[in-house]
Amino acid sequence: MKSDVLSMENISTVTIDYRQYLSTTEVAAIEHEVSIMETREAAGIEALKIIQEHRGWVSDDSLYAIADLLNMPEAELEGVATFYNLIYRQAVGQFVIHLCDSVACHLTGYEEIYQTIKSYLGIDYGQTTIDGKFTFLTNVCLGGCDKAPSMMVGKQHYQSLTPENVVEILADLAKQESEND
Amino acid sequence: MTELLKRPLTQLVNLESPLSLSQYISEGGYQGASKALHEYSPKQVLDLVSNSGLKGRGGAGFPTGMKWGCVPMFADNDDKAPEFKYLVANADEMEPGTFKDRYLLEGVPHQLVESMIIGSYTMAANRGYIFLRGEYHLAAKRLQQAIDEAYQHNWLGKNIQGTQFSFDLYVHTSAGRYICGEETALINALEGRRAIPRAKPPFPQMSGLFGKPTVVNNVETLSNLPHILKHGAAWFKALSPDSDSGTKIYAACGRVKTPGLWELPMGTTIREILYQHAGGMADGLKLRGLLPGGASTDFLLPEHLDTPMDFDSIAKAGSRLGTGGLIVLDDKSCPVAMVLNLIKFFAQESCGWCTPCRDGTPWAVEVLTRIENGRGRKEDLDSLHNLCDFMWLGKTHCALAPGAVEPLKSALRYFLDDFEQHIDHGCCSYKQSTNQQTKLKGHCHG
Repeated sequence: MKSDVLSMENISTVTIDYRQYLSTTEVAAIEHEVSIMETREAAGIEALKIIQEHRGWVSDDSLYAIADLLNMPEAELEGVATFYNLIYRQAVGQFVIHLCDSVACHLTGYEEIYQTIKSYLGIDYGQTTIDGKFTFLTNVCLGGCDKAPSMMVGKQHYQSLTPENVVEILADLAKQESEND
Repeated sequence: MTELLKRPLTQLVNLESPLSLSQYISEGGYQGASKALHEYSPKQVLDLVSNSGLKGRGGAGFPTGMKWGCVPMFADNDDKAPEFKYLVANADEMEPGTFKDRYLLEGVPHQLVESMIIGSYTMAANRGYIFLRGEYHLAAKRLQQAIDEAYQHNWLGKNIQGTQFSFDLYVHTSAGRYICGEETALINALEGRRAIPRAKPPFPQMSGLFGKPTVVNNVETLSNLPHILKHGAAWFKALSPDSDSGTKIYAACGRVKTPGLWELPMGTTIREILYQHAGGMADGLKLRGLLPGGASTDFLLPEHLDTPMDFDSIAKAGSRLGTGGLIVLDDKSCPVAMVLNLIKFFAQESCGWCTPCRDGTPWAVEVLTRIENGRGRKEDLDSLHNLCDFMWLGKTHCALAPGAVEPLKSALRYFLDDFEQHIDHGCCSYKQSTNQQTKLKGHCHG
């Protein structure tokens, strides 16, 4: 590698002025979180979640805009965003399926549910269906151990799953226009 | 003792429609907080809690009074708040096999709000956060409703119920990582950072959230406070006369007849929980072993059934009470596969800060995967033993890796035959018996 590869003109830096990118609703929601914390960057996690709530996921541009609003380094916010399981740094489908793969579900039929969802939707973990309806992810213990196996789709928990009822649930969701139907 | 007094924590739980503030008050709610605010000094509440013998219900079992007693203000018996302080409820319930706090949060949210008023008054905290795991959406909604109601009726905010005491309470929902349950990692998460545990000392009671004195208590621990205030330390001790004080929310999951949770006297035996309350094993299955308190506890065997589920007795049996949620292993489920599932969890949830945990947990996953898939080698068992040693207490930054070691090490001790058979026969016999996999070698028959 030639040494001039590392010269400044080859390093592209991006900053995004939050005022041109975030909506007033998003800014207001983030500023509320800032107001109950000691420092601006303490609201970083909530800010990422607010943007994800509005836009489905956190794009690079969203991340730069939040960093600008919270007056913190982009890299630091990226470190935070990639640390937490529930922040999506890639585009996701309309419904994100979080299938619990922890021990109680493992003992009570997780494998069958996993195989059923995989073959029904034709996608594996980390993938999104071509029609953009579903993204399939794992989740650590959802706290539904007494009614395992369980999964979470969006904000909704589903318990006592069987290969039959999980297909029904997914079929019903596929018919919905949005998560709030 | 009336039924209410025997099951104080769960008596008012209503999962369908939790009690509103006025309903909660008409059932005796906020009397504990009222008594604390109007009749007791903070120091008197602290003494009461210390005398009650309440121990932390999050897993470690540290005496609550002692934890609070380390907050600077009590050193000189000064009942006035010297500076800003925080009280945090640890509602980041992510220990696999544990769902007790969810039950309390969704079923009786006002109880936690009342508990936090008492706790904050005791340590003169100005602000509180409920650190809730992100997946508990329903709990988040109900807690926020309860907090809003409490503000409307002056149970939160300035000069609560006409006293000098002011306290603000907020819900913070996590973005999901098991390590956030560790109190200093939780504090980092609340500050908007990666949830990496901090070095101790300084302890959070001296320098915690934003560098201010901070106490982090588990939801179930806090939920005892209103009842201790109302009925006294002697009553609390009498709930479990032969054991640690109070009740415990025990649970059972796995292939048992009726999985669930039950509030019982602290020190109820494993046998009573498993056979009387969980109905015993599901049809056609035998008990092989169990984790007494979540994923990060050592296996116990059928011979331990008569052990009381309290901190000391379970420790004597070689495990930890942890969260009190039994995870039951039956004779048709593979112990190696179960341990692999547990270690995968810890490998994924390791924060990556210290080498033994960051490298050790995935290494254990690799070795266990090999064994489970029939490609294990004789020397793999030595590797696993070595890993248990590398990741043990004192060699890691926090307790996550030692927690991962507990089920692995005990499985190697109690289910060694299974590990050896996997290696010798080159397959997992349990898979064949449940017909989940394609046909395996003739050696393996369930």
